[in-house]
Amino acid sequence: MPYRVTLALLVGLILAAPGAAWASGTKSTADHGKFEQLKGPFKSGPEVTAACLECHTEAASQLHKTTHWSWAFISPITGEELGKRNVVNNFCVATATNWPRCTSCHIGYGWDDDSFDLSQETAVDCLVCHDTTGTYKKYPAGAGHPAYVDKTFPPNNPNGEMFEAVDLGKVARSVGRTGRDTCGACHFTGGGGNGVKHGDMDTSLIDPPRALDVHMSPDGEGFTCATCHNPDGHDVPGSRYAPTARDTAGFDTPSAVYKSHATCESCHGTEAHAAHPKLNDHTDKVACQTCHIPEYARGGFKTKMWWDWSTAGTKVDGQKVVKDADGYPLHDVKKGDFRWQANVVPEYFWFDGRIDYTLLNETIDPQGVVEINSFSGGPHDPTARIWPFKVMRGRQPIDAEKNILAVPHLFGQDEDAFWGGGKFDWNKALRAGLRERGVDYSGSHAFVESAYYWPITHMVAPKEDAVGCNECHTTDGRLASLSGFYMPGRDSIDWLSKLGWASVALALAAVTGHALIRVFFALFHKVSQ
Amino acid sequence: MTRDMVFSRFERFWHWSQAALIIHLIMTGFEVNGAYEFYGYERAAELHRFNAWLLLGLSVFAIFWHFISGEWKQYIPTTDKMRAVLRYYTLDIFKKDSVHPFKMTPLVKHNPLQRIAYSAFNLMILPIIWVSGLLYMYYNDWPDIGMENVPLALVAGIHTAAGFAMLVFLIVHVYMIFTGKPLMRYLKAMITGYEDSHD
Repeated sequence: MPYRVTLALLVGLILAAPGAAWASGTKSTADHGKFEQLKGPFKSGPEVTAACLECHTEAASQLHKTTHWSWAFISPITGEELGKRNVVNNFCVATATNWPRCTSCHIGYGWDDDSFDLSQETAVDCLVCHDTTGTYKKYPAGAGHPAYVDKTFPPNNPNGEMFEAVDLGKVARSVGRTGRDTCGACHFTGGGGNGVKHGDMDTSLIDPPRALDVHMSPDGEGFTCATCHNPDGHDVPGSRYAPTARDTAGFDTPSAVYKSHATCESCHGTEAHAAHPKLNDHTDKVACQTCHIPEYARGGFKTKMWWDWSTAGTKVDGQKVVKDADGYPLHDVKKGDFRWQANVVPEYFWFDGRIDYTLLNETIDPQGVVEINSFSGGPHDPTARIWPFKVMRGRQPIDAEKNILAVPHLFGQDEDAFWGGGKFDWNKALRAGLRERGVDYSGSHAFVESAYYWPITHMVAPKEDAVGCNECHTTDGRLASLSGFYMPGRDSIDWLSKLGWASVALALAAVTGHALIRVFFALFHKVSQ
Repeated sequence: MTRDMVFSRFERFWHWSQAALIIHLIMTGFEVNGAYEFYGYERAAELHRFNAWLLLGLSVFAIFWHFISGEWKQYIPTTDKMRAVLRYYTLDIFKKDSVHPFKMTPLVKHNPLQRIAYSAFNLMILPIIWVSGLLYMYYNDWPDIGMENVPLALVAGIHTAAGFAMLVFLIVHVYMIFTGKPLMRYLKAMITGYEDSHD
């Protein structure tokens, strides 16, 4: 794009910014409190959805096409079948056989086994995203339903967390745009707890201080998730399965044509550093996030860094659960050993947007570290940039004869469930888990170390807190482990330095020697006078 | 004793500004190269770029001045008295009351050894350092000039090598200042512009 056009657009954007359509305070043209359909009373979530669909006729069918609904995603790059129902991870490993627990984060109702009918329109949960009252919460083992009567989790446990019966009518009459809290209800607590999975997303982002997230903070830009992940017909852009590693299009200017703007460049362009032009020389090779997210898990919560399943089923000193000083479990008899960390410096890798997953039937090397996902890209690859990652490591079960990742049946009361009637019997749990995915379990299991790479892209710090030049342009800096390219300040040519300094030493020796001889003769002449 | 104006005001301004800039460029350059830490990479690189532009600007003036004034002829290499000068620095200098075989005058300012050294400096070290340095600075634009397959390490290496040559030149040059008799003779000439004839 010619410079002048870019400049004009930039100026236009700056002028337009105060009244931008993406500001969160946009007023609705409808007051849902006045709708006949929403008077209620409602006995269940699906009844509310039926009411919503009377006006929003296309909403359910739109959602049916999304990964939010199907939990299935075909990578446009690799063709791999991904999504929560297909991938194997190193947290709770897999969704199959554990549906009611996992689907408490599904945008639907009733996905409690593999037979769930994904074509039901009223099974879509409108409220979990559009609630503005903060009272609508999915019950953790409710297959996506909220609590319709007061109950605790775990169930029948007086010490458990209380889930009060939700007033569906009130929630339905108060619906509005999604917010940081509604998206966060699932995305901040993925993996079963606050901040467990992503590291760059936890409940601190519901009301973040400016230093934590300059865009989402009410003291900053006040963005919601949808400001960047701007949906079109309920389809939310910005997929972690197929990210844009390098956006060369730059500014996403307002136009009649829908454009997703989940990349930084959508708003900031590809040369965003007017005051420090040298930084613009980096944007082709370094992702914005690499400098602008100095650490993740900065909001006061720890993220899980290590999960060793091999110690599950054992107590430590007779204790089922051992916690650290901050209350984070280090060992849980049901789950094994954990490590947690806050304020984590990311690990950095070249990344071109292509991600390959190690799926269920892929042969793995039981001696090595299994990469749950791996990616391509290098310093000479025009589409790749250096990206920050959280690397989730741990040990997880495999079928030791077939050398494939194994998926355990964890949740439930039946006699195969690892946490239920199976009483921590790996063989039962793995046989049942694998059977559900159509795989015969060989009968012998082992544990393998694994690594799962999570691109870090949230918790963007104010510019004054960005990673400085010196943190990478130095020996043993943040990018010390990346090779294959010459980086000033980090790299030098060893033989040249040796040769160079030897020449300097030689020159110094020569002039010093010459000077000493002069001094010697000067003294000699003086004495001999 | 006679006093001749050997180095004009512009010449002295140019020489000492160039000296200061080059010393600072060497300092910041070797920091960028990772030899030590003083300013920190960011500041060192910034200062190095800024100083480089100043030096380039100064050089444009200096080249202009040398051509207009014809002073460039001072640098034409010659073998005249070369043997005598070499002999002086290796042997005669140590002798009592020895005299430099070359007499500095406003018309012939540099001895044959200086002419060779300064020509090497002007025609080899400086151009190599400029070209490699500017390429280094505009690394992002290499694809536009067909250099996308050239490794940065090559250009950085050439620039570093020229930097080492500059440092070696500087060491010897600074030492040579103090080979006059009396000791401060050459330094004084370069500061005041006048060469005190002691002969």
